[in-house]
Amino acid sequence: MEQTNQVPKIVTSRIGLEESWGIKTYLATGGYTALRKALTTMTPEQVADEVSKSNLLGRGGAGFEVGRKWSMLKPGPVRYLVVNGDESEPATFKDHMLIENDPHQIVEGTLISAYAVGAARAFIFVRGEFALGLERLQAAVNEAYAYGAIGRNIFGSGFSVDLVVHPGAGAYICGEETALLESLEGKRGFPRIKPPYFPAVIGLYGEPTIVNNVESMSNIPWIVNNGGASFAALGVGRSTGTRIFALAGHVNRPGNYEVEMAKLTFRDLVERPEYGGGMRLGRQVKAFIPGGVSAPWFAPDQLDIPLSQDDVAKAGSMLGSGSIVMMDDHTCMVRAAWRIAKFFWRESCGQCTPCREGSGWIEKMMRRIEQGAGREADLDLLMDACDNISPGVAWPPQQTTICVLGPSIPSSVASAIRMFRDEFLVHIKEGGCPYE
Amino acid sequence: MGAFSPEMRERAENLLTLYPKRRSALIPLCHLAQEQAGHLTSPLMEEIAELTGVTPAEVYGTASFYDMLHTEQVGKFLVGVCTNVACLLQGGGELLEHAEASLGVAAGGTTEDEMFTLEEVECVAHCDKAPAVQVNYRFFGPLTGESFDDLIAKLRAGEYDGVVPPHGTLTRVTRENGIEVPLDEVLAERKEMDRAKAERKAAAEAAKEGN
Repeated sequence: MEQTNQVPKIVTSRIGLEESWGIKTYLATGGYTALRKALTTMTPEQVADEVSKSNLLGRGGAGFEVGRKWSMLKPGPVRYLVVNGDESEPATFKDHMLIENDPHQIVEGTLISAYAVGAARAFIFVRGEFALGLERLQAAVNEAYAYGAIGRNIFGSGFSVDLVVHPGAGAYICGEETALLESLEGKRGFPRIKPPYFPAVIGLYGEPTIVNNVESMSNIPWIVNNGGASFAALGVGRSTGTRIFALAGHVNRPGNYEVEMAKLTFRDLVERPEYGGGMRLGRQVKAFIPGGVSAPWFAPDQLDIPLSQDDVAKAGSMLGSGSIVMMDDHTCMVRAAWRIAKFFWRESCGQCTPCREGSGWIEKMMRRIEQGAGREADLDLLMDACDNISPGVAWPPQQTTICVLGPSIPSSVASAIRMFRDEFLVHIKEGGCPYE
Repeated sequence: MGAFSPEMRERAENLLTLYPKRRSALIPLCHLAQEQAGHLTSPLMEEIAELTGVTPAEVYGTASFYDMLHTEQVGKFLVGVCTNVACLLQGGGELLEHAEASLGVAAGGTTEDEMFTLEEVECVAHCDKAPAVQVNYRFFGPLTGESFDDLIAKLRAGEYDGVVPPHGTLTRVTRENGIEVPLDEVLAERKEMDRAKAERKAAAEAAKEGN
């Protein structure tokens, strides 16, 4: 992790420090001062107010304002806070890094948020595959108990809360917040029918529940210590603060980079020596994915779009989970799109017909084109299948399914067909992949 | 005599105390069962059903939804080669082909000595080290064919025993205690917080009207 501009590191300040995951390092670098400040000098409303002022956009993928989400919480005797650490969007690896390397920051953010929303209990749902992360987060919770930051009458404030680390068991769909709640209730990860659109109304065990992402939680201690206004002073417009971008694919230096929101462009992130350091082997960009594999692809002439939620949305895609995948001019676009289609087919929970069946058809057609048995009519058939999952195949997408996994399926396939139709035709005419 | 060993049974009962409803412990209990037996055996699933208050079929039906829960025996080392897009671009597909040839099994298969089960896996969030491999959910990368073979040889020789526990042991750090603050105690506290909040709100409104 490196950061060379003058913008403060809000969530990655401890990455790279010795035993950055232990309480000793955490306390030596200002850890738990925000929790103390919130619990002993602020009311829950004042904490929520600072978070609203910061305009922190949720860092999971949908980008919904955290403060607004909190304000929608239905009053009720039992309220829960659930932290989503089920990071599984392909090519996204920022939460993985935060859980393994700064678990106390997540714990502190979670405790402050539990105080702000009056949660009776907090759960951190960690993707099951993050074995080391689960160990370090549980160790952090054990240390925080011993330190007096969790449990009864925290720091003498009269506020008590318990925090449970919950392991997932491997299912992409559990990143969808209602599927996550089902999984946390010990069931299959089937997304719930909407409305209600927000677990803030009906959540865990039917009670009002806030679900926030791990990176969102990691921002909370800084916001409490420095004020929401300082956070909002960074970035442009609605895209405030900093954000971690996970840069992957054909760059010289793939990695997680925390940068000020909306100040840099995709090109800056890819080319600057302190970030991506340019494309591997000096090759040209052929296309890139701007925000996880659910997002429609961008062409090289879109590299100058700023890294802001609204600018990317205006250009017809999304910043999503903050993962950027660069593909160079030696990449087979059919194969890349096929692999992404295969992912959605494997991960569809199977509740809704368009997603369950459509993903399978698309995967099969993409495979046969890549392997040389495709027909020209397949291209129309593919677009038709996409249209049946998400009518119009546009962005933002129409939805025929319970959750947004369905409309994410067409993104890559439709992008590849629209941008690289000739490449599909070569596969079909030559009866195989020209890149092999 | 239950299917869980006395030590595991105690840990299982501790897990149950962490949740307001018992069924929430179902997946953590499945992980515990895999830690004991390497996979989910029928007697273990029956005991999980008894502990969580559901039928054995519901335990099986839930477990079968999740990639990490195995109702059939797998090798001591579950080797997952990622071929999703970030790894694909860096040679993940070729690495999987190499792994299949090297271990002599197709993805999904287990070697004859029951040491290795090979899987093609989805993104493991290790994309800056692509192509990435997970062994019992411990991550390695970037790997070449050569370094993959070296990893397998070392696993076979026991050189990674401290780093990579046998399949089933997900986390070696446990929570020692159950829930410290009972829910009814917290709820009484929250009621008091809500009352204080309403008072502050009323006072603020009264002050506004006074102006």
